[in-house]
Amino acid sequence: MTGSGTNVVWLGSPSFPEAARPLLKDEQLRGNLRRATTTIRERRLAVTGELDDWEELRTAGEALKRRTLRHLDRYLEQLEESVTRAGGQVHWAADAAEANRIVADLVHATGEREVVKIKSMATQETGLNEALAEAGISAYETDLAELIVQLADDRPSHILVPAIHRNRAEIREIFRTAMARYGRPAPEDLSDEPKALAEAARLHLREKFLRAKVAVSGANFAVAETGTVAVVESEGNGRMCLTLPETLITVMGIEKLVPSFADLEVFLQLLPRSSTGERMNPYTSMWTGVTPGDGPRAFHLVLLDNGRTATLADRHGRQALHCIRCSACLNVCPVYERTGGHAYGSVYPGPIGAVLTPQLVGVENAASLPFASTLCGACYDACPVKINIPEVLTHLRAEVVEAARARRRLPTAEAVVMKAAGSVLASPARLAAAQKAASLGGRLLGHSVRRLPGPLSGWTDSRDLPVPPAESFRAWWKRTDGGRQDENDKKDQKEGT
Amino acid sequence: MRLALFLTCFNDTLHPQTGKAVVRLLERLGHRVDFPLQQTCCGQMHFNTGYRPETLPLVRRFAEVFAEYDAVITPSASCAGMVREGHPVTAAQYGDHGLRGAVADLLPRVYELSEFLVDELKVTDVGAYYPHRVTYHPTCHSLRMLRVGDKPLQLLRAVRGIDLVELPGADSCCGFGGTFALKNSETSTAMLADKLREVRGTGAGVLSAADNSCLLHIGGGLARLRSGVRTVHLAEILASTEEAAV
Repeated sequence: MTGSGTNVVWLGSPSFPEAARPLLKDEQLRGNLRRATTTIRERRLAVTGELDDWEELRTAGEALKRRTLRHLDRYLEQLEESVTRAGGQVHWAADAAEANRIVADLVHATGEREVVKIKSMATQETGLNEALAEAGISAYETDLAELIVQLADDRPSHILVPAIHRNRAEIREIFRTAMARYGRPAPEDLSDEPKALAEAARLHLREKFLRAKVAVSGANFAVAETGTVAVVESEGNGRMCLTLPETLITVMGIEKLVPSFADLEVFLQLLPRSSTGERMNPYTSMWTGVTPGDGPRAFHLVLLDNGRTATLADRHGRQALHCIRCSACLNVCPVYERTGGHAYGSVYPGPIGAVLTPQLVGVENAASLPFASTLCGACYDACPVKINIPEVLTHLRAEVVEAARARRRLPTAEAVVMKAAGSVLASPARLAAAQKAASLGGRLLGHSVRRLPGPLSGWTDSRDLPVPPAESFRAWWKRTDGGRQDENDKKDQKEGT
Repeated sequence: MRLALFLTCFNDTLHPQTGKAVVRLLERLGHRVDFPLQQTCCGQMHFNTGYRPETLPLVRRFAEVFAEYDAVITPSASCAGMVREGHPVTAAQYGDHGLRGAVADLLPRVYELSEFLVDELKVTDVGAYYPHRVTYHPTCHSLRMLRVGDKPLQLLRAVRGIDLVELPGADSCCGFGGTFALKNSETSTAMLADKLREVRGTGAGVLSAADNSCLLHIGGGLARLRSGVRTVHLAEILASTEEAAV
């Protein structure tokens, strides 16, 4: 492993095409995904369309992120100073293992054996729950969707809606069979009505909120100037975790900073409209260090690198660090809509995952992901901070090929085809000869091709392929002097005038 | 005005009728178009599959072959997009100063067909006649790379005899994506299946687009289903007249 972003990818995950295969056949999953993404997509379009300055907001968000990353070193030091000044403590973690160790040590120091958790991508990325379990600490997810995933011993398949691949009938089964293992069981007669499911989760979680002495959270934003950390959520469960326990530990990627408090104005408009399709999210919690008599008495901020510095060093790829984890790109992605998140084999699925994961872990450890896109561009249009995902995808594809070349893993069959095509296309004469050969070959095959061999069979499994015509355009052009000598053409023109 | 047709290697080889349609259409509008025989390919396949050094000679060839023309017209939104976005990137990464300049100089003169007709020739009614029920798939690169908007539809709406019906979910990708259709053929097929359902639901006998590559993909699916729906490039519909029907 050359990348330091360990745990971002799930160990033993197959390549994207392989992982997608069984998922594409799961009709229940396809239905769940289609319904969910269509709904969110329509909501997002409605609330972004109603703002006259939406494009200006996107531009402002992009500019802020760009500026922050350009001076990231300075802003991070400023953040450390302001958090410390406000009574918090800052810890630096170079990778996932170090972040997990810091958190486990902090929990042990409190004498507690359990923590409540707010939905957090950073701790998903480090595999914190598993690391804490090894250290004898139980971590309870309190976000409703994360709870569903945890109870089912499952993996999240979406950044915002980790259980998007589940429908309510499945959730009822998960609650009935698994809640008792983690605490208060679900009622015997639990129905799959959303209200009943929410009530079961509420009762199950409440005993954890009231008992917990330590909470672990992620962060949506941290303000370098003031040391303020912000978490944006819908359910209020995060607010419970942020206010009730005595100790709060926040794990945050180093790119999540904004320079000044006023900058939040831009992102707090961009994020809810892009993610849940709401004008404003129900709960926005902000805290600055510790405040005696109000909320946690100890606050720790763990700043996580885990491959981000390496990503920042890539001039073309670094824009992936602008991501504010809204997941709009997942919801509009035609590939994600068909496969769901698990096919990406990573904490970060969808288009943003396809550009972020390979950079965090090194392209050779996620080589199929940059190719898991048609480059249709829907993600770029939807991105609230204008990450040009197609541009980064093609950049990373080149990195994958160059890495293979460097390790002398080329020529593969593909590389041979590319080289041959390059040679043919380098010369109009060779192109003309190839066209002639193709048209002769094609005529032997009849009207269309229904079955091709080898890797090309992927095409003919579901599509016919027309055979090349008897005469290429360039052959026709030469033969007829650009149509001037063409019998049919002349006739057409005569009749036309 | 010296006009050049950049037909693309794909159309040159597989869809000569599209090139002939562009020539006929532009001549009907009073413009002689040249087809410089030294042209080959924009390099999109190499570029999008990660073979950037191999893209460079094709970028150089393109810049040289078309340098002297006032306008370069292509009936492929995707290849126009490659020229506009991929050529500067390739030239910046691997080219010399001269190539970067040549690419930058040529780019503003490269047009996708509907852009050239609507923006440059300022024409939407090209005098076409096409008495068929047609639905139009606006390809991803025409919509989100070139931003042609509804220019192709403006042109189609002005065609006499046409019964133009809306394609639901039109802006969704058909699942082609070049080598994506091979590397991720199952995902591609799942996307295609949804597109085929929408196309067939319109009751149209003809599916049109500004790109034959997407049409090859959707058309391949339609043919496999024996659907009876034909795929016809936008240029061919626009070239069609009562006297010379396509």
